[in-house]
Amino acid sequence: MVIALMVMFGNDDVWPTIWLTAKLAGLTTLILLLLATPLAWWLARGGSRWRAPVSALVTLPLVLPPSVLGFYLLVALGPQGPLGQVTQSLGWGTLAFSFSGLLLGSIVYSLPFAVQPLQSAFEALGNRPLEAAATLRARPLDAFFSVALPLARPGFLTAAVLTFAHTVGEFGVVLMIGGNIPGKTRVLSTQIYGHVEAMEYTQAHWLSGGMLVFSFVVLLALAMLRNRGALRVTP
Amino acid sequence: MCFRFCRSVNSFSTTTLTLLCPLVAIAGLMLTGVTQAAEVSVAVAANFATPMKKLAIEFEKATGHKMQVSLGSTGKFYAQIKHGAAFEALLAADEKTPARLEQEGLAVKGSRFTYAIGKLVLWSQRTNLVDSKGTVLHTGTFEQLALADPKVSPYGNAAVQTLTRLARLEQLRGRLIFGEGIAQVYQFVATGNASLGFVALSQVMTDGRIEQGSFWLVPTDLYDPIRQGAVLLKAGQNKPAAVAFLTFLQSNKACELIRAYGYSFDGHVWK
Repeated sequence: MVIALMVMFGNDDVWPTIWLTAKLAGLTTLILLLLATPLAWWLARGGSRWRAPVSALVTLPLVLPPSVLGFYLLVALGPQGPLGQVTQSLGWGTLAFSFSGLLLGSIVYSLPFAVQPLQSAFEALGNRPLEAAATLRARPLDAFFSVALPLARPGFLTAAVLTFAHTVGEFGVVLMIGGNIPGKTRVLSTQIYGHVEAMEYTQAHWLSGGMLVFSFVVLLALAMLRNRGALRVTP
Repeated sequence: MCFRFCRSVNSFSTTTLTLLCPLVAIAGLMLTGVTQAAEVSVAVAANFATPMKKLAIEFEKATGHKMQVSLGSTGKFYAQIKHGAAFEALLAADEKTPARLEQEGLAVKGSRFTYAIGKLVLWSQRTNLVDSKGTVLHTGTFEQLALADPKVSPYGNAAVQTLTRLARLEQLRGRLIFGEGIAQVYQFVATGNASLGFVALSQVMTDGRIEQGSFWLVPTDLYDPIRQGAVLLKAGQNKPAAVAFLTFLQSNKACELIRAYGYSFDGHVWK
């Protein structure tokens, strides 16, 4: 076992892969929290008739198979695809097989995991805290930042944890638009797949076991925080 | 009351019987039909997908058996067969995997044979990118070059051998993109995401010619022959339909069909 561990971690391509996976998940989480906050606020409190279709659109990645997302992204990012045309005209070239392409894919793929916890948190706030802020002459934007955001903290933590973990666990989309380039687009899930395909079951076991433990610990921590009441919304 | 009840039961049973008789007869016929025309479950390497489609039609027509074809990578099939998948025959992308299965007692001893030798082609969706001598690899007028993961795919391995023998591997390393299998390399090139890529000739060939884009048929002295092996698996040992399919695969008719997709043979005796 010790030898296996040494083989595993003496192996040069494990650490860059772990680092890349963490970087992808971290950046996805950061960008998604920024994008999802106004979107979730609008979905939770806006009265527009566009709310239902937008809400359905945001939830789509949750039910669509990753192969569908990956395939459409691959076609859209290609030189003839709509996104590919835009990125080329901006002088960025095409995004498939690049880290930016993976990031874009992950943002789409994990979108519902960021929006939904935030939306529920904003919905749970109700009108009273904001009305109270208004009577104290806080402008809406001010009330949003100093009242709504702090109260929705548990929603932010859940959204961040779920987005991060879900992106680490991403496979189908990465496989289809990644190109499996070491240090650039090879993440843990695709590396495990490669090991299985190459019949290197020892390496596959170690990485898979690591993923299992990681996922369990993350979800356990989230559940414990919730139980301790640290995350309870108190309007 | 009781009388009526009994009568109704009686009449019910007679109608059921009269109805049942032909049903039983039909079911009996169907059962005998099933034992004669069985289903063969075959695992087939992705590069062989198109010829396999035609072969299955021909085989079903000739024997009345039904084919159930699963397409995928040889490595994945190996894992599945090792863990109890009930495939009856394997058409692999290499010869190593059938040999390994035989050694491990998962395939029938002595049933292995080479059903095709694959050819490698450098292919692009763009009509003027690849010239017939492959000089594009030297001029380097492209962005990304796709190939299958050499650890997993024999075609990927052949692509690396080609680049090595042309002394281009190191220079092009930064532009290489790896598909998890030959099917994905095709996807990357077909959607234009990769400018060009090493695919199996069978993937781009229809009716003996390549209709789309530009290509370079890689000379066979630049890579070791991609010999693809077929084997009868343990689950197919006593299945006449599975045995019949492997026999059919070696027939002149099948070989002609396979050759039309750019594969070659060695040792096939045209009878």
